[in-house]
Amino acid sequence: MVHWSAEEKQLISSVWGKVNVEECGAEALARLLIVYPWTQRFFDNFGNLSSPTAIIGNPKVRAHGKKVLTSFGEAIKNLDNLKATYSKLSELHCDKLHVDPENFRLLGDILIIVLSAHFGKDFTPSCQATWQKLVGVVAHALAHKYH
Amino acid sequence: MVLSSADKNNVKGVFAKIGGQAEAYGAETLERDVMFAAYPQTKTYFPHFDLGKGSAQVKGHGKKVAAALVEAANNIDDIAGTLSKLSDLHAQKLRVDPVNFKLLGQCFLVVVASHNPAVLTPEVHASLDKFLCAVGNVLTAKYR
Repeated sequence: MVHWSAEEKQLISSVWGKVNVEECGAEALARLLIVYPWTQRFFDNFGNLSSPTAIIGNPKVRAHGKKVLTSFGEAIKNLDNLKATYSKLSELHCDKLHVDPENFRLLGDILIIVLSAHFGKDFTPSCQATWQKLVGVVAHALAHKYH
Repeated sequence: MVLSSADKNNVKGVFAKIGGQAEAYGAETLERDVMFAAYPQTKTYFPHFDLGKGSAQVKGHGKKVAAALVEAANNIDDIAGTLSKLSDLHAQKLRVDPVNFKLLGQCFLVVVASHNPAVLTPEVHASLDKFLCAVGNVLTAKYR
């Protein structure tokens, strides 16, 4: 089980408390699809992904980004029980969605960049370190039931 | 990353030694990579395959992969040109995450080592690893 210090929990909740989940989620997913275009392979039915502008404005991308980040919020509420919290989601991503777990790591890194862009100086090195740990643990939990 | 003439000779030597076994090695590489515990996440790229033990589809696909490696080794001075169509395919259609080429390379090395330990001296190992990296780089070169 992952250990979280009081300071780490503080850094996570103080950042998360100020995050607009809908905006941040939309931006993170859009950036994933733009920066790593091969990730578009999972979204053939999303319509127009032909340019960064199209991706950023795509309503399905925005909606899905919000969904993903909302789920991330669940992880933050259950830091001491992540594997169990994400057990069904992990099975879904493996058995139905067939998503390579590498994509969770890519999205995690993108999220941190989005947070850093949004919070500027307030996203301190300790913040980043804690959040890198968090996204790594979330990615691991999501990949945990893969077989 | 550049393949020296020594690297090229080493790689050609390996494939000469492997000879007709290349296809079997390819099949085994995928089995280790895809089916066995090694890297189960690679199975996400084959939802349309039967991935059970001895699967004909996996064997067939392994042969294809091995054939491409042999082709690249036979044209080692122009891997990019030789694999250009495959590069397009991976960029436009397959979009396998780049991290997976390292995993496949690892499994191929394991297969070669298990069948031909004498061939895989440290120098040859290094050259073959470089070659497999180069192939992976070519296949992902047009990704973005």
